[in-house]
Amino acid sequence: MPERDLDAAAPRAHSARFASRARSELRRETLIAPWAELGLLAADGPGDPKPELVVEDGRVLRLDGRAAAEFDVIDRFLVAHGLDLDVAAEAMALPDVEVARRLVDVDAPRGELVRLARGMTPAKLASVIGLLDPVELMFALKKLRARRAPGNQAHVTNLKESPALLAADAAEAARRGFAEIETTVAVARYAPLNAIALLVGSQTGRPGVMTQCAVEERRNLELAIRGLVTYAETLSVYGTEPVFVDGDDTPWSKAFLGAAYASRGVKVRFTSGTGSEALMGEAQGLSMLYLEARCVSVVRAAGAQGVQNGSISCVALVLAVPGGTRAILAENVLAAWLDLEVASGNDAIASHSAIRKTAKLMGQFLPGTDFVTSGYSVMPRHDNTFGGGNYDADDLDEWLTVQRDWQVDAGIEPVPEAEVLRVRERAARAVQAVFGELGLPEITDVEVEAATRAYDSSDLPDRDRAADVEAADALLDRRITGVDIALALDRRGFDDVAAAVFGMQRQRLAADYLQTSAVIDAAGLVHSAVSDPNVYTGPGTGYRLEGERWELLQALPHVENPRLLGADDPLTTEAQGPVVAEGGPAPVGDDPTEVVVAVGPAFGGAIRHTINGLEHVDVLRAVCEGVSEVGGTPRPVRVRRVADVAFIAHDGARLSGSRVAIGLQSKGTAVIQRADLQPLDNLELFGMSPLYSLESYRAMGRNAAGYALGHRVGPVPTELDNFARAKLIVHTTLLQAREARAVVPGAPAVEVALVEAAVPSA
Amino acid sequence: MAFDPTRDYPLGTRRPDLVTTPTGTPLDRVTLAAARDGTVAHDELRATPETLRRQAEVARAAGRRQLADNLERAAELTGVPEDELLAVYTALRPARSTAAELAAWAARLDRRAAPLTAAFVREAAAAYRERGLLRA
Repeated sequence: MPERDLDAAAPRAHSARFASRARSELRRETLIAPWAELGLLAADGPGDPKPELVVEDGRVLRLDGRAAAEFDVIDRFLVAHGLDLDVAAEAMALPDVEVARRLVDVDAPRGELVRLARGMTPAKLASVIGLLDPVELMFALKKLRARRAPGNQAHVTNLKESPALLAADAAEAARRGFAEIETTVAVARYAPLNAIALLVGSQTGRPGVMTQCAVEERRNLELAIRGLVTYAETLSVYGTEPVFVDGDDTPWSKAFLGAAYASRGVKVRFTSGTGSEALMGEAQGLSMLYLEARCVSVVRAAGAQGVQNGSISCVALVLAVPGGTRAILAENVLAAWLDLEVASGNDAIASHSAIRKTAKLMGQFLPGTDFVTSGYSVMPRHDNTFGGGNYDADDLDEWLTVQRDWQVDAGIEPVPEAEVLRVRERAARAVQAVFGELGLPEITDVEVEAATRAYDSSDLPDRDRAADVEAADALLDRRITGVDIALALDRRGFDDVAAAVFGMQRQRLAADYLQTSAVIDAAGLVHSAVSDPNVYTGPGTGYRLEGERWELLQALPHVENPRLLGADDPLTTEAQGPVVAEGGPAPVGDDPTEVVVAVGPAFGGAIRHTINGLEHVDVLRAVCEGVSEVGGTPRPVRVRRVADVAFIAHDGARLSGSRVAIGLQSKGTAVIQRADLQPLDNLELFGMSPLYSLESYRAMGRNAAGYALGHRVGPVPTELDNFARAKLIVHTTLLQAREARAVVPGAPAVEVALVEAAVPSA
Repeated sequence: MAFDPTRDYPLGTRRPDLVTTPTGTPLDRVTLAAARDGTVAHDELRATPETLRRQAEVARAAGRRQLADNLERAAELTGVPEDELLAVYTALRPARSTAAELAAWAARLDRRAAPLTAAFVREAAAAYRERGLLRA
């Protein structure tokens, strides 16, 4: 066959709409049907064990389908440290549905549910949580969160590992209300420099913000001992023994490490999440949610105060299977139910689709978690060396707007640009001073300036990276500590930053932040689940976004004062005088060629131009010219008694000699009307005022005259802008309000004429 | 005044009288000015075992047994040097140690007045033996 025929026979899209959808961002992702053997299913796996606990003389003989002799390393750890046998009999005997109902019962206290969870096996936990639908899960999460107020964590990194930019971004993050800031390294040896930049920057933005540098454990512990970081969340756990062992750990080694960190004053949060076992090929035919129930049980058994979970880096795999989003929310709820602090994911990119990833986000965003994201990318995604950036610098206005829309506190505050620039520059200057004092490679003024205003690290000059890593190595050998940083700042006159950095060192003495869900406020006071617990028991209780905090989260920098909107526009000021002159009451006409052009009460007076910026004088002239062009006789009148365009036009039609009129609202909406039609019926309606040009109004005039004279009339071609309403509805409302204020109830329509002298020259 | 774990948290603000550096400097004398004068050094800016045990009591009183156990192990580990901490961690990783090596670490922890952690290591050794996680 010739090629052309081949083309014709080639697979053709059966539907252009299917083809269009297939090109969407969403469709870059692969969705799969469940495959239980590989663990590629969200919950309720056919291989998941039934809840089971057999205890005899204080010894656990069977756990979730296994006899003691078959217990794997995870089972053994849970038996040794996790299960509280004093409540196990009671908790395991409760029907799943009974427990599930208590989870969503405002009258069942959190403390009681936490007590019961201590005696439940992973299969029991998974089985109960599996009964909750998404809204019930959100409710349970709101109720079970450990600390009263929700919070958020930031990610701060950049590709060039520029210390000035790290400090500036950390300062902005702190100033925006993030309670914790995490950085990492592209090159491991940079760790101490990045940790210092983060420490100095964060304490410049807001004293008390906790920081971490995600690196290998030995380095991490070293940074902590030097007082350069305050928390760690690198301790990963997994739900099957082979994956745990492949991760080169056991529950005992991880728990030991947790205690080692705590001994050096490091707040520790473990990490787990659905999907990791399937990704690593050893899910043992078990569902993601069941395996995560095992993980969070291990986390609690290990004595960690909290967990970063919610699938984290495997999120896209979990979203590939049915019920993935729900399972991720369920795992957050499980962690909260086990009385753990929850940093609830939303950091790794969940989807190409903005709709889909934000739909997923709502599960944590609306109920509020201890950290709604376990890393909001404060800088553009390009600079996020975590490989994440589900939400980044370019999404900040959206995040803030969604908080404002829902009246929900998801942990990020709006800050005016000038203030952001102020803290960014000060942080860059502070880290510049520290580098200078400690004899580290110079941070130039050019770097400081660029770090203050940059979009991302590509706007910064390159540094001598070999010199930086050498200095980083030497820094550790010199045993530089947080106190040295504070003293360096002190010597250079950064008194407040010095005090804040020292304050973070001093926090280690009381170690109050080792308790569950601890964050530190600007005054150095620790707020944790012990001192500030979540005591939500229904409407009117618990954390509510109201008062000053609600005022703050409403006040986005670009919010406008509706009283001032348009007030500074010279076209609307009364000073210019009217552009139309009013005459006496308008009589009913008898000229059959007459077309009344009925304008609204504020036309050319309180309002001077249409929503599209056309001056009323020009609009009125264009309509009249259009009427004249096809042989009609235009007669302008003002309808004063109503502001609604349908009635303006209908009043006009009843005055018109031809019984046809065109009504013109001040914002530019127009209607061609005939006296015998019902007021809300019409000949043609022109509702897309933001799109109309003077030529449009001329065409409306021609058509109106055409109807009056009995010509064949084709409707004026109209365009559609589906976003016009979203974009302009506020302006429309304000213009409509101004039109309505000009209404004189019961007043008859009056003749009007253009005041030519008032017409500004074009 | 005796320590009450249900009322005295946060220690730093409610019971600063109980908080000192390892060398006994009270919390209120730990200031930037003191650091400037050299009367407080970085090495002193850490929690004492007593402070961590009090935090363990706070956790236990709040119903968090496992967190309390962890903080008690942490209290024991304050006296263990960093290199040794990391060596014990490495020894507890899969297939790194023989039963005898883990027993030796446990004995050493006992000598360092860390009996809870020693028992924890012995318990791990027993579990590892059952699961084939000891070094052959």
